[in-house]
Amino acid sequence: MRTEAAAAAAPLAKVRPARRLEGAGPALLVPSALYVLVMFVYPFCYGVYLSLRPGKGEGGLSVANYLAFFLDPWQARTIWVTLSLAVPNTVLTVLLALTVAYVMRRGIWLERTITTLLVLPIALGTVLVAEGINGFYGPKGWLNQLLLMAGLPDPIRLTHNYTGVMIALFVQHFPFCFLMLLGYISGIDPALEHAARVLGARPWDVFRRVLWPLIAPGAAIAFALVFVMNFGVFPSAVLVGQPAGATRTIAIAAYQQAFEHYDMSMASAIAVIMGAGQLVGLIIVLLLRGRLAATGVATMGAGKR
Amino acid sequence: MAEQIGSLHFRLTKRFGGKTVLDDFALEVRGREFVTFLGPSGCGKSTALNLLAGLIPPSAGEIWLDGTRIDGLPPERRGFGMVFQNYALFPHLTVFQNIAFGLELRGWPRAEIAGRVRQMLDLVQLPGFEDRYPGQLSGGQQQRVAIARALVIQPRLLLLDEPLSNLDAKLRLEMRTEIKRLHADLGLTCIYVTHDQAEALSLSDRVVVMREGRVMQAGTPAEIHDRPQNLFVADFMGYRNFFSLTVTGGDPDGTVVGRAGPLTLAGRGAAPLPPGAAGVAAVRPEDVAVTGEPPGPNVLRGRVRLTEYLGREYDLEVILDSGQTVKARVAQPVAVGSTVGLRLPAERVVILLSEDGGGGIP
Ligand SMILES: Nc1ncnc2c1ncn2[C@@H]1O[C@H](COP(=O)(O)OP(=O)(O)OP(=O)(O)O)[C@@H](O)[C@H]1O
Ligand SMILES: [Mg+2]
Repeated sequence: MRTEAAAAAAPLAKVRPARRLEGAGPALLVPSALYVLVMFVYPFCYGVYLSLRPGKGEGGLSVANYLAFFLDPWQARTIWVTLSLAVPNTVLTVLLALTVAYVMRRGIWLERTITTLLVLPIALGTVLVAEGINGFYGPKGWLNQLLLMAGLPDPIRLTHNYTGVMIALFVQHFPFCFLMLLGYISGIDPALEHAARVLGARPWDVFRRVLWPLIAPGAAIAFALVFVMNFGVFPSAVLVGQPAGATRTIAIAAYQQAFEHYDMSMASAIAVIMGAGQLVGLIIVLLLRGRLAATGVATMGAGKR
Repeated sequence: MAEQIGSLHFRLTKRFGGKTVLDDFALEVRGREFVTFLGPSGCGKSTALNLLAGLIPPSAGEIWLDGTRIDGLPPERRGFGMVFQNYALFPHLTVFQNIAFGLELRGWPRAEIAGRVRQMLDLVQLPGFEDRYPGQLSGGQQQRVAIARALVIQPRLLLLDEPLSNLDAKLRLEMRTEIKRLHADLGLTCIYVTHDQAEALSLSDRVVVMREGRVMQAGTPAEIHDRPQNLFVADFMGYRNFFSLTVTGGDPDGTVVGRAGPLTLAGRGAAPLPPGAAGVAAVRPEDVAVTGEPPGPNVLRGRVRLTEYLGREYDLEVILDSGQTVKARVAQPVAVGSTVGLRLPAERVVILLSEDGGGGIP
């Protein structure tokens, strides 16, 4: 509906003011460019600069912080810990969200209610969700009480360890990923599916030959975004994880340097490493997406071209 | 070349929620026949086609194809072809891959697929377009690809859902001719959906006029055009002048005479109409002629209220003494405000049964 209205309005809008706006285009960009500069580029550059000046700022620039990080197994290990949370969780989240969104693509019974329930975790925020997870999955939580009543000898440990963080990350990122993919998938013209069926495609052929190639670019973006969010995991790693051991992620390492050791320079270095990790993940996904496109699988997405 | 069907017959009911969209919609289609479903928007044409293709399940009813019941089969096992209103070409596949899609699913060897796709592209007059993507084609070209993609699997039955509605007037005429040619050359059996009466008349062997999920009339284009059986069909087929009348008499040859106020009108009866029955006389503007005769049976007088130049002809709106307006299409200009005589030729007037609450006089 909105796009129709927009399309109808477009020719009218083009009649005259377009010309005057053309010259004003770059000028209109100034406020947002300034905002990005002040709020993002400057702090980022400052952080990088800070990370290159170890030891309370005396002396010149050096990469000592980075060396220290990678040479200290206790610190370097956080990259592995973070990856071992972020990668499986991203795969799991995207796969499940994709499956559910695919099944719901033509609308289902009680769709609104289900969607609302799914969106709730986004609205509640990380901390409340973590509380909820402790309350439900914790040693004295509902789940364990039920299991004990059912005759289980000991409570199973689902919080304050790897599993706890996995659950928390999933609960937080699944709704986001699901909504994104649902929007993407339900935007594909149902007639394509009908055309494929009439031409002889069974449901699996329809997915593999028609819908997946159209969904893949969107799924890649969802994967990249969830990965970036997972890689920076902090509150959940502390609140439902084991921040001193199994879930000591790179974000926790940075936090400890900054607010427990008051070494802003080292903290900045770790933050930069974390950012680099996210960037690498993003690049890998986008390269894979590009390769899909190059083989002709995903030349044209449904929503984007 | 396609496997010929003997006959397809069906009787279908479809409800969406509480709303009945197809109400016991029944028809028999013979092999090689070109049947058109004609009706206004929302009358259930696409729904009927989707039920036949198996894309949505019927609420009740059956579909029989040459003695086999097929309404339980999924769409991929019915062996039909379908051309969609918006073409529904796969945007990520080239023209070649789009057309080859159905053959690949049937496990054809590559070399044969290539030959057959070329052949189809020649047939729809698009040779050399193999490597284009649908986004790089014009509407008319996309439409041809959609037809080629549906035809390449040699469907037993070709279903077409308003395939020309997105094209401009000129291309629409061209493609209409092309569809007609393909139908004749390939001996196809087609069911075609449209809300355009000219399209229906020019293409079909048989037209099924639909209204709110029901068949209002089925017959050859000439029957539908010249002998509408009810007000709805008459209105839909371009009858614009309606006169309520009371039947006063008639001949065994089908002529019916009635009185509409001061007027006496004779015409062909659409159904047996006994004297005293309430009827409606209907006539097209094209069939109304300007005349110098004095008023009498089938001749009226009125004042010209409006003329509209159409390029070749003029549309007149004439207001009668009774206050009713009559629309006429004439070859010579007539001055606004002048008084004219109009003749409604009896062989061109149809007299229909007046229906209460049904069509009503539009
Ligand atoms: N999935 C659906 N759910 C509910 N109602 C539907 C659905 N599909 C169609 N309808 C209703 O059924 C009626 C017939 O629809 P259909 O698409 O068959 O009309 P049509 O004759 O093809 O019209 P058009 O010429 O506009 O394409 C319409 O009133 C429509 O609103
Ligand atoms: Mg339709």
